[in-house]
Amino acid sequence: MLILRALRLVLLALPFLLLPNSAIRAQEAATDIPAAIQAMGEASLKELQQIVADLAATGSDSVVPALTALGAGNLYLDETSGTVLIERGSTYLDPISGEPVELGADADLSKIRVNNGLRRDIAAALAGMTLMSDNPSRRLTAAQGFLANPDPANIPLLDEAIAAETDANVLKAMQAARAVTILGDGEQSVEDRQAAVPLVASGAGRNALTILNSALNGAPEELVPTIHSAIAGLEQERAIWGALQNVWFGLSLGSVLLLAAIGLAITFGVMGVINMAHGEMVMLGAYTTFIVQLVIRQNFPGLLDYSLLIALPCAFLVTGAIGVGIERGIIRWLYGRPLETLLATWGLSLILQQTVRSIFGPTNQMVIAPTWMAGSTEFFGLSITYGRFWIVIFALIVFFMLLLILNRTPLGLQMRAVTQNRRMASAMGIRTPFVDAMTFGLGSGIAGLAGVALTQIDNISPNLGQNYIIDSFMVVVFGGVGNLWGTLVGALTLGVANKFLEPYAGAVLGKILILVLIILFIQRRPRGLFALKGRAVEQ
Amino acid sequence: MLTQALFRALDKKAVWVIGIFLAVAILVPMANLLIPPGQFGHVPTYLVSLMGKYLAYAILALALDLVWGYCGILSLGHGAFFALGGYAMGMYLMRQIGSRGVYGNPVLPDFMVFLNYSELPWFWLGFDNFWFAMLMVVFVPGLLAFVFGFFAFRSRVTGVYLSIITQAMTFALLLAFFRNDMGFGGNNGLTDFKDILGVPVQAQTTRATLFAATAITLALSVLVCSLIVNSKLGKVMVAVRDAESRTRFLGYRVEYVKLFAFTVSAIMAGIAGALYVPQVGIINPSEFDPANSIEVVIWTAVGGRGTLIGPIIGAIVVNLGKSWFTTTLPELWLFALGALFIFTTLFLPKGIVGLWNQIFGARKTVAAGDQPEAPTPEQSADIERGEDPSSFGHEAQPKPAE
Repeated sequence: MLILRALRLVLLALPFLLLPNSAIRAQEAATDIPAAIQAMGEASLKELQQIVADLAATGSDSVVPALTALGAGNLYLDETSGTVLIERGSTYLDPISGEPVELGADADLSKIRVNNGLRRDIAAALAGMTLMSDNPSRRLTAAQGFLANPDPANIPLLDEAIAAETDANVLKAMQAARAVTILGDGEQSVEDRQAAVPLVASGAGRNALTILNSALNGAPEELVPTIHSAIAGLEQERAIWGALQNVWFGLSLGSVLLLAAIGLAITFGVMGVINMAHGEMVMLGAYTTFIVQLVIRQNFPGLLDYSLLIALPCAFLVTGAIGVGIERGIIRWLYGRPLETLLATWGLSLILQQTVRSIFGPTNQMVIAPTWMAGSTEFFGLSITYGRFWIVIFALIVFFMLLLILNRTPLGLQMRAVTQNRRMASAMGIRTPFVDAMTFGLGSGIAGLAGVALTQIDNISPNLGQNYIIDSFMVVVFGGVGNLWGTLVGALTLGVANKFLEPYAGAVLGKILILVLIILFIQRRPRGLFALKGRAVEQ
Repeated sequence: MLTQALFRALDKKAVWVIGIFLAVAILVPMANLLIPPGQFGHVPTYLVSLMGKYLAYAILALALDLVWGYCGILSLGHGAFFALGGYAMGMYLMRQIGSRGVYGNPVLPDFMVFLNYSELPWFWLGFDNFWFAMLMVVFVPGLLAFVFGFFAFRSRVTGVYLSIITQAMTFALLLAFFRNDMGFGGNNGLTDFKDILGVPVQAQTTRATLFAATAITLALSVLVCSLIVNSKLGKVMVAVRDAESRTRFLGYRVEYVKLFAFTVSAIMAGIAGALYVPQVGIINPSEFDPANSIEVVIWTAVGGRGTLIGPIIGAIVVNLGKSWFTTTLPELWLFALGALFIFTTLFLPKGIVGLWNQIFGARKTVAAGDQPEAPTPEQSADIERGEDPSSFGHEAQPKPAE
């Protein structure tokens, strides 16, 4: 029976399987497709079979809707006019053009009947046609369809298709489909099935594990170890990719933390100032982005795609200026009293939050992602969204720029001098109050930049900064102050650790675990990973 | 020796404070229960509960003052101890509901029935006994503070680092208690209480009694704090605050002094939480919010840290202001609170009590004449470094993080 069916299929597919594509096109002209479809209306079952074979032999995409409809029982004959129509819901479509057809008032519709044998023929014909289609993506879909519903009857068809296939991707999919079919077919020899296992493992993608696991049921003794080892290999591979994906997510989270924490690290490291309003600087940066986009959308719609780039300097200047204002207005009076500074800046953060809430309302605002940041890409099985990707890049750029400023500019030199020995720096003629103000402005400006980046992954709300402030502190404390590399390592470590704990412990518990681990870590190294050494520590 | 300590502790001010709160503990409930409504001098029940709430806050602020004002440890996690005490009390009150819950389960609280618990989690066992719950009110915050403090102080985590990790601690607890499967009611917390010690929580007499209990506890807390700060240990605490390294080099085990202060303070905070919960009728994870803990700090700062009466005044004044603002000008409250933070730190470093002393104490100091000015923190830091503060014109200058 099986062999018969296979034979029939081969026979059916033979005319166009053996002919190159151009020849198929030549045949297209030979069979008059509209006429053949119209002929279906009055045809007997036997004639229908012939017509289906003829239509399939044309290899033309235009017959597919009619054949599909016939197989599904949606093909109707209007007895009055003698036309054949496809029923879709309450409308009737022309079988070739697919246009809706107005029925005459006296239309008398009757379904064109098919039997099981004919349905099988139609299915095979359709499968064969799509498998031999001119369009590689259609062939790929067909191969994937075979993979999802393996039927041993399709093996010869697949063999032919594989022989004719030129596109590497499609070929791989077809081979995988064939392998899956062979593996699932109890009548194939054990050797063949064994040979199919690696193909399944490599080609069947995400479903490979399920397919192999289901093949394990009822597999002969000899086959079991092969499948087992394939499964083990797959699982290992999946674990590695999973880990890599986690690393990527972690780096992405870590870069956000880095952006949020790096400004804090500067003010804390250089001035010993705990700025609890730092999160609000991030928030203000985000709102600046929002305003910039609003203005651009209303006045210069053409620049909308660059609104984020325009917002970057704006946010830096706005938050930087506010930072200088805070330093001159409040913090300068509290030097040497870090705990009081903490309280004052906390009060300031409350005021800033409430101000923003009064102006913009408590609801979330939206910043539209530019087109070059939308979408995602597959990178060896890792799905990477462009938004996240650019944030990682941006964080690194900011980091290295800052490193450059600190190590290669006069201001950076003065900042480092003041960090190491304030009195001596002052004695050498450095205007320490100016350096303090600039340092605080720089730290706040970088927080503003972080705000611009955060608009792409978080809601812009007055509470935006609150969500990051504790994490940022953790990064600074973990990384150690006075060393930007510590902040980098701290941020990325915390990001990755967070993402690795999440699958095992859940998002919330993972976060709790991280906090507990940091608290324990602080016990071991009270000054963080990269602690300052030498006399500076004791001052 | 104990009596001696008592006499020393009960200096005039402490006696006054204790006396006032004991009087309040008697007078307010009497004014509520004995004077009929509408007549002059009657205190409505809602006001009794409100004042009870403020007094519970005052205990919390006093607890913070013990570590911050006297020992120099700025804890941004005292709200966590408060909330833990509150949860212990809340668990007792939940168990007292018995079969009167919505689901009528005699053992399991409603939220557990709702979450398909089959039996009581082990950490809920025993909370049907009042004495056990009270033990836990003291024990759980105390243990947490002890363990946390032991590790933190031993490895010399000081200053802002300590502040930040205490904040992380309360933040971690906030996240943990928000989880439904923690077995503490998730984000709804514990509420809908019925009985306490067999009498209805909502009854007027119960509320008056709870108020009296809170006032008496506050008086006792003042007594305990007074005992501590006036003892030798208290002097060492102040020494640790002003010059930690020097105290260590003098041979004191600084970490144990800090640990003692931190643990005692956490226990007081836990008791305050336990008194707070039955009066407000709910405990939920938002009590762990780091913002709450920082608010406690500002109460203490406003009132005047390093004094016993200051934090009590601060807690009551700020919360009165909060109640007034949130009912009349809700959107302005955060502005007011923020401004209070800045104003206090900039202009009132010693709080209301400091201001009072400055205005009314000036004459006395001049009369006494022999009291030298206490060194400012910067000056003591200079002394720490072995520099003479008088040799520098002391402008405030930032210092790099340690």
